[in-house]
Amino acid sequence: MSDSSRREALKRIGLAGAALGGAVVTAKLAYDPGGFGLAEAAGKREVRDFRIHAPGSAADPVFAIAKSTTDPAELVRRAVAALGGMKRFVSRGDVVAVKPNIGWDRMPVHAANTNPLVVAEVVKLAFDAGAKEVIVTDASCNEANRCFQRSGIWRATYAVGANVILPSAHRFRDMRMKGEVLDQWPVYLPLVNADKVINVPIAKHHNLSKFTCGMKNWYGILGGRRNRLHQNIDVSIADLATFMRPTLTIVDATRVLLRNGPQGGNIDDAKDMHQVIAGLDQVAVDAYSCTLIGESPANVRYLKLGHERGIGNMFWQQVPHVEV
Amino acid sequence: MNEELPAPIPWLGNAGKVAPLDRVEAAAATPQLIQIRKAAKSAPAPALYAATSASATMTNSGGPSAPTKPKPVAKKRPGSGIPARKVIRILVWVRRAAQVGFLGLFLYFLASTAFRGTFAATAGEPVRLPLPVEGFLLADPFVGAMTLLSTHTIYRGLAWSLVVLALTLVFGRVFCGWICPFGTLHHFFSWIFPSRYLRGNKRVETNRTHWWQAGKYYIMWGFIGAAVVGSSIGGLLDPICVAVRTIGLGVIPALQYFGVRSAAVVASSNVRTLQNATDTAQDFLARTVWTANQGYFHQTWLIVFFLVGVLFMNRFIPRFWCRALCPLGAFLGVFSRFSLFGMEKDHAKCTDCNLCLVNCQGADNPQGGVKHRQDECHMCLNCENACPEDVIKFRFLPKRTSTISKPDLQRRTLVAATAAGAVCIPGLRIANWPDKAYSEKVIRPPGAVEERAFLERCIRCAECMKVCPNNALHPAFFEAGIEGLWTPILIPRIGYCEFSCVLCGQVCPTGAIQKITEKQKMGIGQKPISVGTAMYDQGRCLPWAMATPCIVCEEFCPTSPKAIWPEAVEVPKRDSKYQKEGEQAAMLTVKVQRPHVDPGLCVGCGACEKVCPIVDKPAVYVTNAGETRSKTNVILLENTAYGQS
Ligand code: SF4
Ligand code: SF4
Ligand code: SF4
Repeated sequence: MSDSSRREALKRIGLAGAALGGAVVTAKLAYDPGGFGLAEAAGKREVRDFRIHAPGSAADPVFAIAKSTTDPAELVRRAVAALGGMKRFVSRGDVVAVKPNIGWDRMPVHAANTNPLVVAEVVKLAFDAGAKEVIVTDASCNEANRCFQRSGIWRATYAVGANVILPSAHRFRDMRMKGEVLDQWPVYLPLVNADKVINVPIAKHHNLSKFTCGMKNWYGILGGRRNRLHQNIDVSIADLATFMRPTLTIVDATRVLLRNGPQGGNIDDAKDMHQVIAGLDQVAVDAYSCTLIGESPANVRYLKLGHERGIGNMFWQQVPHVEV
Repeated sequence: MNEELPAPIPWLGNAGKVAPLDRVEAAAATPQLIQIRKAAKSAPAPALYAATSASATMTNSGGPSAPTKPKPVAKKRPGSGIPARKVIRILVWVRRAAQVGFLGLFLYFLASTAFRGTFAATAGEPVRLPLPVEGFLLADPFVGAMTLLSTHTIYRGLAWSLVVLALTLVFGRVFCGWICPFGTLHHFFSWIFPSRYLRGNKRVETNRTHWWQAGKYYIMWGFIGAAVVGSSIGGLLDPICVAVRTIGLGVIPALQYFGVRSAAVVASSNVRTLQNATDTAQDFLARTVWTANQGYFHQTWLIVFFLVGVLFMNRFIPRFWCRALCPLGAFLGVFSRFSLFGMEKDHAKCTDCNLCLVNCQGADNPQGGVKHRQDECHMCLNCENACPEDVIKFRFLPKRTSTISKPDLQRRTLVAATAAGAVCIPGLRIANWPDKAYSEKVIRPPGAVEERAFLERCIRCAECMKVCPNNALHPAFFEAGIEGLWTPILIPRIGYCEFSCVLCGQVCPTGAIQKITEKQKMGIGQKPISVGTAMYDQGRCLPWAMATPCIVCEEFCPTSPKAIWPEAVEVPKRDSKYQKEGEQAAMLTVKVQRPHVDPGLCVGCGACEKVCPIVDKPAVYVTNAGETRSKTNVILLENTAYGQS
């Protein structure tokens, strides 16, 4: 056997051995025992709590109703000032996520989305309080570009320096809420990865849940097929409100949709009310706001569920509040 | 000496001689052969040399030190090495720039055929696209001619096609060689991707005019025949339509699919910086190249296969599509016979080096000894640029002695092709009865004209499908009959029609979908435009059949008042919790709202169908019943008006 042929033979044996070894290692690493995603069920329960934990006295107002002017921006300022000003909630350098309702392809006059002037004022206050970045976003129901543009919120908040993020598939990630009906669900990341979250819903009628405001507004953090939630809408809303505890809720009730909610579409279905409600307790502000459309909190089941779970107090009259 | 040239290694400098890619070595590598052949052909060789060098000096008179010039040039160019006229050399580069520019513009328009919103717009501003994204279709004279023949009108922007027609009458098929984005794509692929066998003599042979190049003329005449009897089916093969359809519905969504999947893999690494980088990249791409949501298009596989097929043919026959199939090229070929600009050849000087043929795009016989085929020529000017013997000259009002400017067709085949196109249409229509009642799946976009007029106008360009912000419009397969292949249909299960949107009408180049306003569509102060009617499948609907609350459909119904109204009822429901053996299941009473459709209010947008949680076969679905555009497909007596038609 010549030298070169021996070398050749060794080379071939080496290569064959390496190929076999590689195949064995691959098989070992990629081995699939079969069965259905057992690993998934083990996830930890996740909660997003953005509340401030500054001790105040028990007599401090928990929510404030501003109704002394017709200027939406001024209403926001007065309501927030009555709670101690935005500085109490936003610290220097914070990333603040503002979550208005931008669900529908409707204009401000239809009162299906949050009033852009209200949202813009919240953004401004957050910046004035020292926020590093203010994100404005929502996972819309209708086509998002159109909702953002025609609600007027894109333009109004962009003008005051907000980072307006349009929803797209890659910004959702599955999270485990371990609620009663909401277990694992895709969640819209910009809204849950901020330092502070301010919920800026609009108060309006809803045909299935009777009334929608702050707690129901968290539907906008969900992706996936949220149309299935309607089969148990009240519990799913309570689950969401358990998962999301905002820093502050600022309800736009400057113009309120009384019928045909949540989408509306008829100008006559909405009525000017010139109120803005800011509060720390999302159940209490929802309970108060629902009286604006002539509904009693006792009839809105998700408020009751929220109360029972200790998320807040549905008997808003008993909660310290001020009118300004 | 080794026959093989060493492979070029870029970082080692010019190690191997690399021939320019759109030129083939065969002829260039054997200058001796050419010398011999030339000597044999023309006896007074010295005289020829004298003449050619004289003309070289003449054409180069603009440059400095003309007499010393031929020497360095002669090294690069084979044969007599006479350089092309400077103007031609410049024009070839201008042409390349124009091709790149127009292809870029086309792709830019195509990517912009999507509504992405803007922070600058006020809430009340009507939503329209800022760019004339359908511009290339408007400038397409074949589209203009087809719709003129079928509708006897020229719809709005299609008047722009006169510009391309005028250009053709002056310069010949410059559109094909300089402008057409689809042609440029083929040019590019035949340059970057030629088969190993497409070299030297093989390439020369391929680039001679072939009989099958007449095919495109017969295709074109067939489509013209179809147009005369009222069908713009020719859009199936119009190159601009093909380009929009294949790239818009196939290539871009596929890139998105691939891009999003790759980004997901990168993001799953859980490295923050990597995740942020992919997020930023995806945001950027969603706002420029594709859209925020993945586009899905019904049966696009056929459309994509078609594209891959014709692009692949470039490996064997450069610009096969343009030479053999393109009806627009054929249409312009017919008109190029009148063009003022053209080629003149000096056959006597030709040495048969065939360099012109190697570089020819249109396969139009640029070489000496045969007549030039003006109708096949793309006016790329490669032949004059390549010719080392000063044979070919492009000029205004050339002598026609060495040119055939008319397409080389057999009159009878031509008549037969036209007639075949004309008789096909009634045949197809009898089989699929568009006038009577067609498939319930044929839900046309809002603002579409009545079906017969629609087929007169629709060129299957897919602009509407590309622009639809909700991915609601799809190319039909055989839902609308064979004739209706690739015409738009609304598939609400994939995407519903956004109530206030009128974008598909805005981009439709032929008026198959009219340019309606939001007020007309939503019915503000008038009857809204309806594309169909929603129907309930009460055996599948949760409140109807399963005593389970739902009415998501009602929530999404955009009309005001809503076309869906819920009826509150109390219904029995069996408790599905586990029962002990032998025990009766407990019965509960639950309150549900059962949805009903008001056919007088429903606009058929399909929002209800889209959001119904029963995914596979929704409990509420839209069919084209009661569509506004039809006088026969009516449900309600109140909408029936026989007197009008
Ligand atoms: S089908 Fe509807 S949503 Fe799609 S482009 Fe046309 S009008 Fe817009
Ligand atoms: S199709 Fe459905 S959502 Fe659209 S108008 Fe009709 S009922 Fe309403
Ligand atoms: S969304 Fe579907 S299941 Fe739900 S009420 Fe409507 S039709 Fe029935």
